[in-house]
Amino acid sequence: MSLNRRTFFKFWGVAGAALAFGKSLEAAPASDDGVELMGVLYDASRCVGCQTCEFACADSHNMEFPEDGPSTDIKRSLDPTKRTVVNWYNLPDGSEGYSKKQCMHCNEPACFTACLTQALYKTKEGPVVWREDKCMGCRFCMISCPFEIPKAEYDNNNPRIVKCNMCYHKWADSERPACVNDCPYDALMFGTRRELLDEARKRMLENPDTYHPHIYGEKEAGGTSWLVISPVPVEQIGFNNKIQLKSYPTLTKGFVSSIAPVDLLLPAFLLGLYEATKVRTQNTEEEEL
Amino acid sequence: MNQTTAIQYADNKGNNTWKFFINELKPKTKIFTAFNIITLPIILLGLGIIVYRFMYGLGSVTNLTQEMPWGIWKAFNVVVGVAMAGGAYVLVFITHVLHLKKYNPILKVAVLNGLLAYIFYSFALILELGRPLDIFNVIIGNDYGVSSILFLVAWHFMLYILCLMLEFSPSVAEWLNARKTYKFLAGITLVAVVFGITLSVLHQAGIGGLFMLAKGKVHPLWYNQYMPLMFVIQSVFGGLALVIALVTLCWKIFAYQLDETYRKAKDPILVGLAGICALSMFSYFFMHVIIFAHEKNWVYMGTGWGWWYLLEMIPFVVVPMFMFLYGFKLKNIRLINIAAVLTLVGIILNRMNTSLIAYNIDAPIRYVPTIWEIIVSISVILIQIWVFRWIVLRMPVLRKSPDWAKGAH
Ligand code: SF4
Ligand code: SF4
Repeated sequence: MSLNRRTFFKFWGVAGAALAFGKSLEAAPASDDGVELMGVLYDASRCVGCQTCEFACADSHNMEFPEDGPSTDIKRSLDPTKRTVVNWYNLPDGSEGYSKKQCMHCNEPACFTACLTQALYKTKEGPVVWREDKCMGCRFCMISCPFEIPKAEYDNNNPRIVKCNMCYHKWADSERPACVNDCPYDALMFGTRRELLDEARKRMLENPDTYHPHIYGEKEAGGTSWLVISPVPVEQIGFNNKIQLKSYPTLTKGFVSSIAPVDLLLPAFLLGLYEATKVRTQNTEEEEL
Repeated sequence: MNQTTAIQYADNKGNNTWKFFINELKPKTKIFTAFNIITLPIILLGLGIIVYRFMYGLGSVTNLTQEMPWGIWKAFNVVVGVAMAGGAYVLVFITHVLHLKKYNPILKVAVLNGLLAYIFYSFALILELGRPLDIFNVIIGNDYGVSSILFLVAWHFMLYILCLMLEFSPSVAEWLNARKTYKFLAGITLVAVVFGITLSVLHQAGIGGLFMLAKGKVHPLWYNQYMPLMFVIQSVFGGLALVIALVTLCWKIFAYQLDETYRKAKDPILVGLAGICALSMFSYFFMHVIIFAHEKNWVYMGTGWGWWYLLEMIPFVVVPMFMFLYGFKLKNIRLINIAAVLTLVGIILNRMNTSLIAYNIDAPIRYVPTIWEIIVSISVILIQIWVFRWIVLRMPVLRKSPDWAKGAH
């Protein structure tokens, strides 16, 4: 069991490959610069909680129509049968508010970084989609998503992860997301993320009394394709406003990129230690801790 | 696992490996022991539940919710369990890399425990996978999620199991009297050792890294940026605490297998391990204090979570830390044994808190495991103990190696 030069260099060869492999880890999962990110602007001041978007969504994905509706006492949440839900809130000032919830399609999604098979995949156009043939059902995406969007079918022995895909399956036929298409009150608008931000700012500028000056999704989680503007602070209509502004992948980037160098350096260090202590134990018969 | 009758086990002298192997499958000890009578029904029930789970989906036996997608199979059998497998790499480091030969008598027990632990944790992991057949995507898939910590964990996990197999394989060769294979396997041990330690450390860190993405979900008292490092340090003293407990038990139950030098070696070894535990627990505690102050976590101290945190830290980290220290100084084995048990409870608490109890505390429905989940969790560990016993009764783990293999290590 002696260490010769050849085995030593073999280690470096393998470890070197690990380092080269590590390089690709550092690439940010942002969209290609060439393609503009698409998205949807949701204007809560126009929403009346009619649920049309929910029905349109169910129809577009061949799912059961929802049987419950928005109410002020029960807050409905997403589940494997609903890719989007609308809720009804009593606001502190006495008025009523509505909000629609679905995947935010983050620019740098936590779910994409979490998914070890790239089943959850950030398309270059913006939508984050789930690919059935890749998913192994670990549900790490559910652990990592700060908006708590992906849902799992626990009652199925081959469960799917269910979440909004911005109707990406219809984009090839140049169809817009079904909810945007069907919304009778124009609360949803489809466009490039840049256009939508401009539009949101324009609406706020023209009607400063109508809007709380905050575009939810502009900076949250490093920016999202889905943007929300509302008459009240968004936490009053059920959005999580404690989301960090940096993207979630940055939380683990340092750690992930340190793995390859450690893979490289630790074996070398251990071998050094092995050699060093071997000499010592030959000199001293007595070993102590 | 109670038997005191002295039975000696022969290695495969006749060199008819296949016949020998078939023969070795038969039970070696009395079948109707208290341990067997209690555990066998639990294991059978557990296996039944597992079959049911694969037929009707996770929801049919678990209480998993959309807010708590990882239940006790992952939190207890995997996240907690991995810490308890840490003893293997620490001891391999001490004996093979640092050449501290004094610890050799317990090395094989620790490695065997680590190997089985990892095999059974991956088994528990597969139980929790929604689409277990697609696990091969990680191995052969064309879309590697290389930025995913879980991906890195999975690969380090798989490769490390391979290293552990190599590290343990000489004992299997000794058992089968496969002398040529033995020579080959003993020769590549160093490669397995060096990579094994590396893979293991990173894998331990990765388990902590998993929860870094869950910022805002894990309670701030348990969430911090240093989780990977904290989990590695935990695996040092947690792994050793388990080895201390395991060695104490094995030296009692399988006493008749040990020869005189091994029997005498135990106490000095445990004292030495207690020293390492005290030291690593001190650095762990110190990190906790610094993070606590830096994150201004005292704001949570008035709350129930604050008390819960203190309960984890004081009786199950600080107290055993001092017990290890005094056990080391006074060479008091009993003190060391108690400290080991307290330490293990502390690890269980900390990791269960991170991954389950203090996770998503605002969720509308709290996850409480079903009795079925608990039975499966226990069964997995019981099967592991059965396999452990099967191997110890047959291969030279506690016994010394046969004469022909001496000196080759
Ligand atoms: S909101 Fe959640 S599921 Fe949607 S892209 Fe962002 S991280 Fe992924
Ligand atoms: S459950 Fe599926 S989609 Fe989610 S992280 Fe795991 S493999 Fe990816």
